[in-house]
Amino acid sequence: MSMIEIISVHKNFGSQHVLRGVNLSVEQGESMTVIGGSGSGKSVLIKHIIGLLFPDRGRVVVDGQVVNKLDEQGLNELRKKFGMLFQGAALFDSLTVWENVGFALKQHSRHSAKEIREITTEKLSLVGLKGVEDKMPSELSGGMKKRVGLARAIAMGPAIILYDEPTTGLDPIMADAINDLIIDLRKKLGVTSVTITHDMHSAYKISDRIAMLYKGEILEVGTPDEIRKTNNPIVHQFITGSAVGPITAE
Amino acid sequence: MKWLEALGGKVYLWMADMGRVLMFLFQTVRWATGRPFYIKNLLKQMEQIGVNSVPVVLTTALSTGMVLALQSYTGFKRFGAESLIGAVVSLSMTRELGPVLTGLMVAGRAGASMAAELGTMKVTEQIDALATLATNPIKYLVVPRFLASIIMMFFLTALGVFIGIVGGYFVGVKVLGTNPVVYINQSIDNTKVSDIWYGLIKALVFGAVVGLIGCYKGFNTEGGAEGVGKATTGAVVVSCMLILILDYFLSALLW
Repeated sequence: MSMIEIISVHKNFGSQHVLRGVNLSVEQGESMTVIGGSGSGKSVLIKHIIGLLFPDRGRVVVDGQVVNKLDEQGLNELRKKFGMLFQGAALFDSLTVWENVGFALKQHSRHSAKEIREITTEKLSLVGLKGVEDKMPSELSGGMKKRVGLARAIAMGPAIILYDEPTTGLDPIMADAINDLIIDLRKKLGVTSVTITHDMHSAYKISDRIAMLYKGEILEVGTPDEIRKTNNPIVHQFITGSAVGPITAE
Repeated sequence: MKWLEALGGKVYLWMADMGRVLMFLFQTVRWATGRPFYIKNLLKQMEQIGVNSVPVVLTTALSTGMVLALQSYTGFKRFGAESLIGAVVSLSMTRELGPVLTGLMVAGRAGASMAAELGTMKVTEQIDALATLATNPIKYLVVPRFLASIIMMFFLTALGVFIGIVGGYFVGVKVLGTNPVVYINQSIDNTKVSDIWYGLIKALVFGAVVGLIGCYKGFNTEGGAEGVGKATTGAVVVSCMLILILDYFLSALLW
């Protein structure tokens, strides 16, 4: 059964046609990675899944519910099934680490502050962090921020986790540690995940399937092995990171 | 005809922007009703917008009241009407200068701060993050700032008017030697309760303008640091312009 279905989604920003009929489905428990160059519409696509953006045409169906038909309350209920890790972590800089991680619990559960603090500590240890609860986000390194962002994303026990460029801006060792964490969390929590990235090392490592988004359309979908062996010149050029080929640097 | 086209384009953009501001106001009012109420956020904003603006409002009001007394003394002395200084200071401060100057000062201090804070949150995706955590950003961020701005502008204006009148009294009586009894009697006789209310109604409207525009500009910030800078400047300029424009219409309406 598909957990997420993106059906003929079109999105324009002014005269810019960013998504041009995207079709993609993600099965329950699957790890899908969408790859594509800068400006290919990856971020726009992932924002459609969680209802931060809505399609001009087409539908996004999550767990049987059409996202773009939901009212505010329905959308909020649906969002409780999600966790999202943002590219820059997007931690609330006026709140401490534990207030960030426990934010959704405070808003949507009946846990006491003490219980939230305990859950926060547990989630932080799941992402390999200890003793940072009372720090402010400004006191953390880039890798630590991503981990706290991840702890916040899993705080409510989501069924789906969205990762927006999880390894961008990190050194190779920290990037690989985040990859391991994504795999580890999937094993422990059994979640469906959608990752957008242009880091091929990460894509091969964490994905069950990889989809290539190019000029607002899904060009190819396949397992990491199938993508490695692709005959499509555009996909081949992208995954090998060559400057020579049909894709030109713009 | 190119200039006409350019002018038409500008007017179109301005109208579209005003339409978006009204939609934003509608959403803010809509989310201000119903649970949950973020009381802690409201109190924090009341401190940031109101309490932290007290020094700048006090300085402005005190200076204005004192200068007003000094300037009207110079003019009125020529007609032998020095006794009316109290009435002039009192009426000017309650009906006009109190609310307008407080509005402009708060727009410069708190409106800019709101736009910069929310603009930074927008460009670092913190507002999107809030939405993904099933929390409405308008309810959580905008409603407390909008309400705090209205409530605190009321009290800041009342404080500003009082301090301005005290400043005027000090200069009029202690420096220029006007009879204190005459000064106070003239002030009281010529200032009706309705004058005080007119000024405070203006303050409520100006508070709504500062809160609304500060939050709107912050929420619509595009780009990075440059965008935050533009949003901050835009918030101050638009708020101040609207305060001055609305001041005329409110004065005409509350005459």
